[in-house]
Amino acid sequence: MSELRELYQQVILDHNKSPRNFGSLESANRHKEGYNPLCGDHLHVHLQVAEDTDRLEDIRFEGSGCAISKASASLMTEAVKGKSAAEIEGIFQRFHNLVTGEGGTEADFETIGKLAVFAGVREFPMRVKCATLAWHAMRSALGDDAEGAVTTE
Amino acid sequence: MTAAAPSKAAAAPAFDVEAVRGDFPILGRAVRDHHLVYLDNAATAQKPRSVVDAICRYYEEENSNIHRGVHFLSQQATFAYERARGRVSTFINAPESSQVVFLRGTTEAANLVAHSYARPRLDVGDEIVITHMEHHSNIVPWQQLCAVTGAVLRVVPVTEIGELDMTACKQLIGERTRLVAVTHASNVLGTINPVRRICDLAHSRGAVVFVDGAQGVPHLPVNVQELGCDFYAFSGHKLFGPTGIGALYGRSELLDVMDPYERGGSMIQSVTLEESTFAEVPTRFEAGTPNIAGAVGLASAIDYLNGLGMDRIAAYEEQLLAYGHTELQRIEGVQLMGTSANKVSVISFTVEGAHPHDIGTILDMEGVAVRTGHHCAQPLMSRYGVPAMARASLAFYNTRDEIDTLCRGLRKAREVLS
Repeated sequence: MSELRELYQQVILDHNKSPRNFGSLESANRHKEGYNPLCGDHLHVHLQVAEDTDRLEDIRFEGSGCAISKASASLMTEAVKGKSAAEIEGIFQRFHNLVTGEGGTEADFETIGKLAVFAGVREFPMRVKCATLAWHAMRSALGDDAEGAVTTE
Repeated sequence: MTAAAPSKAAAAPAFDVEAVRGDFPILGRAVRDHHLVYLDNAATAQKPRSVVDAICRYYEEENSNIHRGVHFLSQQATFAYERARGRVSTFINAPESSQVVFLRGTTEAANLVAHSYARPRLDVGDEIVITHMEHHSNIVPWQQLCAVTGAVLRVVPVTEIGELDMTACKQLIGERTRLVAVTHASNVLGTINPVRRICDLAHSRGAVVFVDGAQGVPHLPVNVQELGCDFYAFSGHKLFGPTGIGALYGRSELLDVMDPYERGGSMIQSVTLEESTFAEVPTRFEAGTPNIAGAVGLASAIDYLNGLGMDRIAAYEEQLLAYGHTELQRIEGVQLMGTSANKVSVISFTVEGAHPHDIGTILDMEGVAVRTGHHCAQPLMSRYGVPAMARASLAFYNTRDEIDTLCRGLRKAREVLS
């Protein structure tokens, strides 16, 4: 049961059940679809980006998916809201290192706050794509690549 | 050999599943500190030691290229390869072993039939009929073929319990139908389709039938002559044999007039720099050095299955399936997908409030391997309005205890996720 709780931490289960920043965003000026055909995880991220400063003023997401993908999307919105594009890229890199187990230090992981609950994902390589789907969609939208959908397949 | 009378099954000794499990080395391993419970047999089946040994022995004692040298080993390898073709032929009761083409698997077989049989014979407005429960490998080749020929794809609907709508099927197979592609048994719903009836309908309209037997052969005695199909294809790795080998059966009159699929060595009769003539069937369809060791392994798997008896395997699995259905239905929130009375031992399901991927991971932590996702059948997922399902697909080496472990895991998943 410990390994199970390691992956499905209470925070993840909570965000899966009650996702934060969930729904559409009227003020959004960037949108992106994230789709994992293999899993059936399918979500949309809506971003409101200040065009002059590149700061992410607001973000919401909607869609359906597994607990890992949904909780990750929810926690992501909390982590990146109000941040600059450069800051967000830094958070993403640390998060990505955390879930893939391919680099990063404990000190890095301590700086990403609640996102650290996804450390268990690295034991399940097939689930990394679930944990990163919303992030890839968000980064793509932030990079102004607003056409089409991203996939982590 | 495979079409033994039912009375033989009744007289046969009880199916000794523990002894059978001893033949499969991998079943003894642990996964994540638990005994492996392998319930992903529809994706690929495990291999008995005899198959692994046969492949090793081939490489250690007989390896050589076939149909080429006059030397001893080449003759040995050629004999082993053609003997394997004979084994496959007998296993599905093909009239002649020359009607069996060795290929990589079911997917390649569908592509071969689409390219070499159907494509030159299709006109604009002709129709190909498939069903809503097909695996992508029995959809995409036909879809592409329609796109390049101007033929029209018609789809037989699936009922709520997961059977083909035969009334619709009868209407869909019409004057313009040239080919019907249907799965013998659904890889998601488990449903065994009325292939004989479909063949009769198709033949009455002058159409031919391609049967995807990937999920048929591992569970049922298959007799292509009784089924009346024109083509029947399956993959070795789902039949307890190695990956990379499969077979296509075809009626001789059709195979004989079909163009080659790939061109190159082995499949020619004579070559000049200006032109080439092609070899007879089945060699015409086996360009290049084939998967000789794969064929040897597949023949060994068939020998193993014949030793157990496909009728006894089917009888054991039927009981196991019934037990699985009953036990899964006792779990709150579990919805079975595919409840036809006529099924192979494949159980797909959803669990209320739990995404299949989370279920798959939680079961994996208990050492239980199931498939989750769209099962290469996205149109079928849409049909049932779900993005994905979980699937436990059972083989004859699975046990009631393993189903109990699955159920315990599912209860745990529900507890964690809801």
